[in-house]
Amino acid sequence: MRFKFSNLMLGLGLAFLYIPMLILIIYSFNESRLVTVWAGFSTKWYASLLENEKLLEAVGKSLQIAFFSATGAVVLGTLAAFVLARFKGFKGSTLLRGMLTAPLVMPEVITGLSLLLLFVAMAQAIGWPEQRGMLTIWLAHTTFCTAYVAVVVGSRLTEMDMSVEEAAQDLGATPVKVFFNITLPIIAPALISGWLLAFTLSLDDLVIASFVSGPGSTTLPMVVFSSVRLGVSPEINALAAIIIGIVSLLVFASWFYARRVERARLKDIQAMKNG
Amino acid sequence: MTLKHISTGPSEVLVELEALSKSFDGHVAVRGVNLQFYQGEIFALLGGSGCGKSTLLRMLAGFEKPSGGRILLNGQDIAHIPPYKRPFNMMFQSYALFPHMTVEQNIAYGLKQDKLSKTEIDKTVTEMLKLVHMEAYRTRKPSQLSGGQRQRVALARSLAKHPKLLLLDEPMGALDKKLRGEMQLELVDIIKQVGVTCVMVTHDQEEAMTMADRIGVMNAGEILQIGSPHDIYEYPNCRYVADFIGEVNLFEGRILEEEPAYVIIEVPNLERPIYIDHGISGPGGTRPVGVAVRPEKMRMSAEQPDEQYNWGKGIIDDLAYLGQHSIYHVKMSDGKFVQITQTNDKRRETPFELEQEIFLSWNPDACVVLEK
Amino acid sequence: MKLPEPKHPFWQRLSALPFLQGRNGVIALPYLWLLLFFLVPFIIVLKISFAETEIAIPPYTDLMTVEDGHVQIDLNFNNYGYLFSDDLYLKSYLSSIRIALVSTFICLLVGYPMALAISRAKPSTRNVLLLLVILPSWTSFLIRIYAWIGILKPNGYINNALMGMGLIDEPIIMLHTDFAVYVGIVYAYLPFMILPLYANMMKLDHSLVEASADLGASPIRTLFSVIVPLTKAGILAGCMLVFIPAVGEFVIPELLGGPETLMIGKILWQEFFNNRDWPVASAVAIIMLMILILPIMWFDRVQNKQQEA
Repeated sequence: MRFKFSNLMLGLGLAFLYIPMLILIIYSFNESRLVTVWAGFSTKWYASLLENEKLLEAVGKSLQIAFFSATGAVVLGTLAAFVLARFKGFKGSTLLRGMLTAPLVMPEVITGLSLLLLFVAMAQAIGWPEQRGMLTIWLAHTTFCTAYVAVVVGSRLTEMDMSVEEAAQDLGATPVKVFFNITLPIIAPALISGWLLAFTLSLDDLVIASFVSGPGSTTLPMVVFSSVRLGVSPEINALAAIIIGIVSLLVFASWFYARRVERARLKDIQAMKNG
Repeated sequence: MTLKHISTGPSEVLVELEALSKSFDGHVAVRGVNLQFYQGEIFALLGGSGCGKSTLLRMLAGFEKPSGGRILLNGQDIAHIPPYKRPFNMMFQSYALFPHMTVEQNIAYGLKQDKLSKTEIDKTVTEMLKLVHMEAYRTRKPSQLSGGQRQRVALARSLAKHPKLLLLDEPMGALDKKLRGEMQLELVDIIKQVGVTCVMVTHDQEEAMTMADRIGVMNAGEILQIGSPHDIYEYPNCRYVADFIGEVNLFEGRILEEEPAYVIIEVPNLERPIYIDHGISGPGGTRPVGVAVRPEKMRMSAEQPDEQYNWGKGIIDDLAYLGQHSIYHVKMSDGKFVQITQTNDKRRETPFELEQEIFLSWNPDACVVLEK
Repeated sequence: MKLPEPKHPFWQRLSALPFLQGRNGVIALPYLWLLLFFLVPFIIVLKISFAETEIAIPPYTDLMTVEDGHVQIDLNFNNYGYLFSDDLYLKSYLSSIRIALVSTFICLLVGYPMALAISRAKPSTRNVLLLLVILPSWTSFLIRIYAWIGILKPNGYINNALMGMGLIDEPIIMLHTDFAVYVGIVYAYLPFMILPLYANMMKLDHSLVEASADLGASPIRTLFSVIVPLTKAGILAGCMLVFIPAVGEFVIPELLGGPETLMIGKILWQEFFNNRDWPVASAVAIIMLMILILPIMWFDRVQNKQQEA
């Protein structure tokens, strides 16, 4: 009885999550400018999207920022997670832990406002950063994405058998070598998913970017937001369909890849058992 | 207590621990251990969980820094040398094989750290694979190996650098019971073949007795007794060791007569006093002592023995037929229980029955007097 | 991993500092970064919340002035006084908390059975289901909220469908109401509820559930006396993960809420961008932070306990 109920809820919940996105995609092929009334199939909104230079420019900027933020966050987040997982109980570790979990739940308006005020204060005090723009967005995104990367990498590090690292030290590798030869390759999948997570978070952020951006650094969510504020538009539907399509494609590709690796592993184990 | 010398050639001290201790946040894990490891021997640190044996091993490997004392290798203190600079290698309980490297790369890893040439590394890897009979698995990944095969690779990897001291952390801990017996003997063969000095940690007394030349029994951070498996079993020096190694029946009594050639001990509620046919060292005088008798050194009979000493009366409370031998739990006159094992050398049901009144007896040389 | 190559005397002196050596250096990089870009900003927000607005760049006064060689610090509590004198702010705080609480509760009601169903599925199906739950949160947040505008608006899909079927004559007003805000928050944050619940349920020893059934408990009884208590950490983590950001949510009330939907994130945004009153915006942020600090610390504890286990 309970199992049936929870399965029903799962079905309804997934429908709730996916129907709005499906509608977006279907109506992105709508002929009419009235988004909610079907008037025949057309791909013209995709074409007009490609002519929207403001939007394309924002896409380019967002991708750049996301790429560098994800990379920065992976470096910092991995270091932070490593430090917390391996140098247990050093002075100030509680504070570091706190600074890594708080951003996960911190309302974006607070993070955005506080970072902006920091940049303003820094510009006043040391003259850097001179202007707000891509650099300040990168700094802000790297900071909040670091927390997410640290969670992903940290959980991998804690479930990893620490004696593997000890074995490498025992065999003569210095701690730095152990980190690069042993730890990094073993946690590499977590670094990749951490990077992808940070990339999408950065790509998606509106609020923090709005606070810390400056003239000439309008990101994609900012463009979408100013357009969406004015109401529904078929162009945004087309954009949504593209984003959903790309994300689904990547997610399913990585899932298929992971499944193939897992199957190969299971086959190895089978083969081993059979002799 | 007699000390029997081990037959492994001249006893040259390789590593010596001097008053070695370690505490974690005020909790003492190892307290003032003095110990010598001889060239070429297999030494087992035996004890229950939390007795400090693993901490001691990790201090030897260099993963824990001692809180006090010294670790001397050929007379030189190495207590503060990091693990990656010590000529000691360890085989981990989980084997700790690098999952992203092949068998070959695993074994070569330590050699690469020494910046050896490729041909030298290749030669040693081949040699090691041959030693552990794993030549056919050279290019496999650890995930493609069975538990026993992983252990062989782990052993080969820790031997590849020809360490001065090989450390084994619960070497059979990750294997199933059936494989253990085989691997214990094979491991000893390989270690003896290489001639490396070896310190192992285990909680399994059978494993320690099978594999080690000498055993050190640990409890609460201290080493209680060091000796050959035979010494430890036959001549335990305290109640803890007697009880930890195998089964034992302990009689608590007082010394009645103490002479250089014999000792007589009175045990309350035991029908006859205990007579021991050798002298004991001790402070002298009538004092409380324990007497340990192993279950297999006791006899059972339906008739009352004629001897003046060394027997008691009881009722069979429980018995278990185990094929090879049977175990009897006998309730003595004082209400305490004694355990006896009897070899089932005849093909018949157990000769005694439940609730039957029987007499227990033993020889004067079967007893060990325990003062501590 | 390594500090920059010493080129400049400054770098040389910096990398010679004892706390930047070896292991400490590894700790220092993320530590200093987070101190500078996460902790220090809050101190600045606190500072500016005590300043006065000024038509200048930046638009606030300095707290410290040097007069006759004395450093004088002026703490101006007017911003806080202002927040308490105008009941718009108090109402916004209360209504934010109410909306966040109700949405969190709905997320829990919907998410818990979903997580349970996923954790009970076959391993192969389980991964697909989990992927389906996560996937929406990898696509754009903004666009997923935008989708609901089309669905809820007076001539949107729901009203069109209902009117087409002849069930209603006039469109139901759903967009720009609190209802739409609830829908938006639940929609956007549901995956964040399901994930920690699922992770917690997977750690649950299934034999406990079987033992409970074996001892004669009905499935419902087992659910409430065994499964729910044992997944408390997941429930807490999930609730905090929804509640805390929801309190400060800006995009959802802005796009789906109406003029009478009071949420503090929106107020802060307006103070900052529309009124350009940085000190008041800072004071709004500080009070919001004070409301959220306990839940955040709670979350921090749950999270770290789970990581240590």
